[in-house]
Amino acid sequence: MTPRLTMTVNGKAREIALDDPRVTLLDLLRDRLGLTGAKKGCDRGQCGACTVLVDGRRVNACLTLAVGLDGADVLTVEGLAQGGALHPVQEAFIAHDGFQCGFCTPGQIMSAVALIAEGEAGDDPERIREGMSGNLCRCGAHRGIVDAVLDAQRRMAGDAQGRMGKDGERAA
Amino acid sequence: MNRHAPPAGSPAPRLKPPEGDTADRHESAWLHVSGRAEYIDDLPEPEGCLHACLGLSERAHARIAALDLAAVLAAPGVAGVLTARDVPCVNDISPTHRHDEPVFAEDRVLFHGQPIFAVVAATRAQARAAARLARADYEALPHAVDIEAAEAMGLPLVTPPLTLSQGDAAAGLAAAPRRLSGEMRIGGQDHFYLEGHIALAIPQDDGIVIHSSTQHPSEVQHMVAAALGLPANAVTVLVRRMGGAFGGKETQSNLFAVVAALAALRWGRAVKLRPDRDDDMISTGKRHDFRVRYEVGFDDDGRILAVDAGFAARCGFSSDLSGPVTDRALFHADNAYFYPAARLVSQPQMTHTVSNTAFRGFGGPQGVVGAERIIEEIAYATGRDPLEVRKLNFYGEGRDVTPYHQRVEDNILPRLVAELEASSDYGARRAAVLAFNRDSRIVRRGIALTPVKFGISFTATWYNQAGALVHVYQDGSVQANHGGTEMGQGLHTKVRGVVAEVFGLSPERVRVTATATDKVPNTSATAASSGADLNGMAALAAATTIRDRLRAFLAESRGVGAESVRFEGGMVLAGDVAEPFAQVVKAAYMARVQLSASGYYRTPKVHWDREKGRGRPFYYYAYGAAASEVSVDTLTGEHVVDRVDILHDAGKSLNPEIDLGQVEGGFVQGMGWLTSEELWWDEAGRLRTHAPSTYKIPLASDRPRVFNVALADWSECREMTIKRSKAVGEPPLMLAASVLEALSMAVASLADYRECPRLDAPATPERLLMAAERLRGR
Ligand code: FES
Ligand code: FES
Repeated sequence: MTPRLTMTVNGKAREIALDDPRVTLLDLLRDRLGLTGAKKGCDRGQCGACTVLVDGRRVNACLTLAVGLDGADVLTVEGLAQGGALHPVQEAFIAHDGFQCGFCTPGQIMSAVALIAEGEAGDDPERIREGMSGNLCRCGAHRGIVDAVLDAQRRMAGDAQGRMGKDGERAA
Repeated sequence: MNRHAPPAGSPAPRLKPPEGDTADRHESAWLHVSGRAEYIDDLPEPEGCLHACLGLSERAHARIAALDLAAVLAAPGVAGVLTARDVPCVNDISPTHRHDEPVFAEDRVLFHGQPIFAVVAATRAQARAAARLARADYEALPHAVDIEAAEAMGLPLVTPPLTLSQGDAAAGLAAAPRRLSGEMRIGGQDHFYLEGHIALAIPQDDGIVIHSSTQHPSEVQHMVAAALGLPANAVTVLVRRMGGAFGGKETQSNLFAVVAALAALRWGRAVKLRPDRDDDMISTGKRHDFRVRYEVGFDDDGRILAVDAGFAARCGFSSDLSGPVTDRALFHADNAYFYPAARLVSQPQMTHTVSNTAFRGFGGPQGVVGAERIIEEIAYATGRDPLEVRKLNFYGEGRDVTPYHQRVEDNILPRLVAELEASSDYGARRAAVLAFNRDSRIVRRGIALTPVKFGISFTATWYNQAGALVHVYQDGSVQANHGGTEMGQGLHTKVRGVVAEVFGLSPERVRVTATATDKVPNTSATAASSGADLNGMAALAAATTIRDRLRAFLAESRGVGAESVRFEGGMVLAGDVAEPFAQVVKAAYMARVQLSASGYYRTPKVHWDREKGRGRPFYYYAYGAAASEVSVDTLTGEHVVDRVDILHDAGKSLNPEIDLGQVEGGFVQGMGWLTSEELWWDEAGRLRTHAPSTYKIPLASDRPRVFNVALADWSECREMTIKRSKAVGEPPLMLAASVLEALSMAVASLADYRECPRLDAPATPERLLMAAERLRGR
C-alpha cells in the first residue's frame, strides 16, 4: 500500500505518494521534489547540513521520516526568499562572509532562522555559538556565521543599532 | 530514481550588495545562501542512472581465499558487480606511478576498508543493501597498524626516504655545550570535508564525461583513461565546486571516479558513486601521523647549534603522496629557525592501514610542530621564555641557509612577531599568566606565541604551471576558466577579480565556469596553496592578451597611442573618447578581432635535486604568527582557548576578506588537529572513529573567546607573484601550534616550569591529564 500524505512545502500544498515508507524527509526533498538546497553531509543526524524547518522547528531532515509528516509545514532554504528579496538571515550571511565552501550554508541558515525565532539566544554571542553548534562547518567559517546570526537577529528585532556590513570590531 | 525538475515559476531574485558594501564578495554568495549552488549530488540524474557501492575488506591483512558474490548479484535491482578482473586495462591508481594501489584488491587485502568489489544497482539503497551480502573467505596474515609494529615486522618503506643535511650534525652535537633528545607523537587528521566523495560518470559517444569532486581533474582524467584503456581525449572531467576538500580530494577522488566510469562504460548508463560518510572515512586516506625523534645541541642562551631528527610517518599500505608529504615535513623541520648543522631523515613507513594522503600543509605542519617542540625543550632547559629562544634562532643576516640549501631572502618574521607581541600584549599577559598559576590550584593557564614560515611552490617542480581560457562575448560579458578547482578557498572569486580588473569591469561582469579538462588541459592539482598564484597569473595572461588586442584595434581605428587606451569603471578611454566596454567589444568583433585567448604561466626560479637534497624548491615563503592563551582544568583535562591573536602575511592580499577567512578557518582546523581530533584504530586494524559522533571537529562553540585576526598589510611579496600577493591556503593551519604550546605551559606550571611536559598531539583531555600526572609526580 502506498502511503499518501499532504504537506506544505515552502508555502505550496503538495500531495505526495510515498512508494517506500522508510523515505526520509531529506530524500523526499532532494530526490523527489527537486529541492537540493538541504545537503546530505552525514545522513545520520550528526552534521546539520540537512537542517530544515518543520512547523517552525529545526529538524535534521536525514533523521525525519517523511511518512510522519502528514499535514506538516516544511520550510527549506529555497523557500526563504520572498518575492525576489532575500531573507534577512540570507543577507547577513552574505554581508558577513558566513561561508567558504558553502556546503553547510543552507543548514546553517535554516538553523539560524529557527534560533532567532526561538528567541532564546538573543544577541549573546556565547549562546548563539552554543545554539549553532549542531551545524558543523569544516571550513571554520564560524566567525562569519555567528556575526551573521547576531546581525540578522538585531535587524529582525528592529534594533536601530543593527546594521548590515561588517561590524567595526569583530565582536563575535 | 529520477529527479523532478526544480519547481518552475520562481525566478531567481537579483541580489544587490548592501549599500556601502564595496567588498569583492564570494562569486557564488547569492547561490550559496539561496541553496542554488550546485554540488555534484545536486545535479539532476540522467534517465536510468545506476548507483554503485563499494564492497570493503574486513581484514587488515589477509589473502582472499574465496569471494562469493552470488547473493549480491541476486539481490533486488542489481545490474552487476565489478572486481579487479573487470578492470579492462590498468588496475592501478597510484598517483606517483609506483603501481602499489589497485582500484580493487586482487588476491590480498592490505587494510581494513580496502575496496574489493563494487555492486551496481538501480538505486543507491539497493546497491548498499546488496554490498552487504558478499561473502569473503579471508586467510589472515600478520598485520601492523602503527609505526612500531611495522618496524618490528620489518615492513618496507612505501617510497624512498629523504635525507637533508647541512654541515656536520654529529660534530655539531658533540661540540655543543648542551644537548638533549626526545620524542614526539603527532596524530593524524580526517579531512571531514562536509561534502563527501562523489563521482557521476556519463557515457558520451565512445567516451565518457565525469563529474568528480576532485582537486585534480587532470589526474582523474588520466587515471580513468589508463584503467579503461581509453585515450585521454575520450575522457572529460568536470568540477564546478566542492564542499570542502583540504587535500582529501587531491588523489582520493581517483578511486570513486574510476569505479563510476568503469560501471558507466560497462552498462552504457550514467553511474553515480557516493559513499556513505563511514565508508568515506574508512576507505580514504588522512593526514599522516608522525613520530619525531630529535636530538639538539645548543648553547647556554638557547641558540641552536645542531639538530639531528628522524621523521617517521604512518603511510598506510601504499605510497600515494607519502613521498612528497614526508619530504615537506623535512622542508619545514626548521620552521623559522636557522640550524647551523642539521641532519634530517624521513621514514615513510608502510603499515596495514588506509594510505595516508595530502592534507592542508602536506607534511609541513608535522615538521613545524616538531621544530616548535625542540624550541620548547630548549626554553624549559634554559629557563627562558620560549619566545626569547625563538627570536634568538630566527633566520637572519649570515644565518640564512635552510637544511635544503635554499637561502631565506624574504624573512619578515622579526617585524611581524614584534608587532604581534605588542598588539597582543604578550609580555604583560605572560606575566599575568605566571602570577595566576602561582595562586591557582586546579585551573592553570598557558600562553604561547609561535611563528610560521611556509614554503610556497610544489616541490614536484613540473607542477608549477597553469593554464587559463578567457572569452569576451559580444555583449561585453566575460567568461573565465582556469585549471584550479574551487573548494571554498575563494579561488574563483580571486581569479574573477584579476580578470575583471584587466578589463576595468566590476567583478559581476565576469563569470568563472566549472573546471573542465576539455577547456584547460594538463592542469596541476589545486594544492600546495598555489591555486591563486598559478591560475591567477595564467588568467591574467589570457585577459591581457585580449585587452592588448582591443588596445591595438582602438589605436588603429581611432588613431591614438595603444598605451594611452585605458580600461576603467566599465568604460574604455581612448584619446578623448570614453565608450562602454560592451560597445568597444562589439566594434572589435565587427572588425574581426579575436575575443578569446588562452593564458599560461610557469613559476620561475624553482628547482630541486632530491638526490642531492639541494635546490630552491620554493619561490618564496609566507609568514605568520599567533599568540594563544588557554585555561586548563588540571583535574579533568578539559581546556578553553581564551584568546588568540594572529598576524598573518598574505603579501599584498588579492582579497582581504577571503584571506582573513582562510586564516581563521585554517587556524581552527589546525586547532582541531592538535587538540580534539583523534583517529583511533583498534588492534584488528579497524578505524573506530569513522563518524562525527566519535571524531570531534571544532564546533562554533570551540572558537576562541577572543579572536583577533589581522593581515600584515605592509607585506608585499618580493617575487613577481600575482599583484604581489602571497598564497594563504595552508600556512595559517600551523599557527595552531601556539595552542598546543600554551596547553603545555599550563601543564608545566604543575612542576614550576622546570621540565618540558612533552605534550603530544592531539592534546585531548586524556593526554593533558597524563602529562599533568607525570609532572605532579616530579
Ligand atoms: S545529513 Fe542530516 S545531520 Fe548530517
Ligand atoms: S563553509 Fe564549508 S563546511 Fe561550512
